[in-house]
Amino acid sequence: MSFVTRGFSGRNRERDPRLPPGQTKVEDWPVLSAGPTPKIDTADWSFTVTTETGAQTHWSWDELRALGIEDITTDIHCVTHWSKLEMPWRGVPIDKILAGIPTHAKYVMAHSYGGYTTNVPLDELLNGQAWVAFEAEGVPLDPEHGGPARLLVPHLYFWKSAKWVNGLTLMDKDDPGFWEQAGYNLHGDPWKEERYW
Amino acid sequence: MTAAARTAWYTGTVVEARPETSSARRIVIDVPDWPGNDAGQHLDVRLTAPDGYQAQRSYSIASAGAGTRVELAVDELPDGEVSPFLVEDLAVGDKLELHGPLGGYFVWMPQAVTQDARPVQLIAGGSGVVPFLAMVRAHADAADPTPFRLLYAVRQPDDVFYRQELAKLAADGLQIDYVYSRTAPHDWPVPAGRITKEALAGFAIPASDKPRVYICGSTGFVELIAGWLIELGHDAGDIRTERFGGK
Repeated sequence: MSFVTRGFSGRNRERDPRLPPGQTKVEDWPVLSAGPTPKIDTADWSFTVTTETGAQTHWSWDELRALGIEDITTDIHCVTHWSKLEMPWRGVPIDKILAGIPTHAKYVMAHSYGGYTTNVPLDELLNGQAWVAFEAEGVPLDPEHGGPARLLVPHLYFWKSAKWVNGLTLMDKDDPGFWEQAGYNLHGDPWKEERYW
Repeated sequence: MTAAARTAWYTGTVVEARPETSSARRIVIDVPDWPGNDAGQHLDVRLTAPDGYQAQRSYSIASAGAGTRVELAVDELPDGEVSPFLVEDLAVGDKLELHGPLGGYFVWMPQAVTQDARPVQLIAGGSGVVPFLAMVRAHADAADPTPFRLLYAVRQPDDVFYRQELAKLAADGLQIDYVYSRTAPHDWPVPAGRITKEALAGFAIPASDKPRVYICGSTGFVELIAGWLIELGHDAGDIRTERFGGK
């Protein structure tokens, strides 16, 4: 249904092939959060995986980082139409966190300090697709950007990369998280423009 | 309303466009199929160039309710791509593609719907006042009994959006507090200056009244205000935020 907008020619004429449809490249890093920024001391931080049977595994800050930190360079895409390209990140892959945890679950709900939730299919968190990240652009994550740790799932719109993440709950059935209940897509693939319901 | 189920692409026609401030413009768009929107929701505008190049941006909606006239107030960003077009080039009669209504969290609905009688504190920084226009209009239109208070921080008097309408709402009983960071009106009782925690404590409904708080503004403004409100005893779960810009 698109039509030419009278008088519009656009300024950022270079169309970077790394940009999914409807996205614009930014150099700064916009902040979008539904509520106040929680302040979490890493001494008090913990991470919990809960399986579909209710079994829980906990890690402290040091324990989680000891699983092995990887360097990642990736593009990120926010549903509000901005993308940041070639961002360096550091974090622990979800593969290492879930290794050895028996499950038949197909879906995951990520939980955060402050109460935020977001749902992701389990197979999209594995095989080097997702991390619990502590650093971006060479410095520890600012609280506004989700520090001390956020989920990093860069192949999905960035609301899936839950700020202030503190746990994953493995689920048999998909269940909408915070924004997904408020009209945003259950899956969120930027290349398919899965923004909203 | 369940906005989620009704989000779609619509075509609208600009029926009014006039300066709001020296850098912002009020744009009224007639969207015959618009399903209505809740106060505080936003929409995406998509512009298409002759060669197919497209740009999309999100804007808060200043109007609310069941009408088919959608109102935006767009502040021009100096290095922007879409806002300069909307503020300088868009003309009455032009057609626009709009996707919405969007967002189901930063919204206010009347007490008749929510059964929530707690007072509401709105805190705007600059053009962050736009979703609050929708809220105070919806509140007035519904003759809603919920106590409302608006704190509006601007650089200078000329930056105030919807000055006349806010003055009328204030005359009708809406409590509005202005904070001027750079230049205050000549008869203003305090010198211009950035908002302080003490000033916020004086202007905002106290935590003991359990208000629902909405904050909209730049990232720095929202971080500052939300942090102070937590220190003043507000529950983080009662504070909803909408931010623009980076850090």
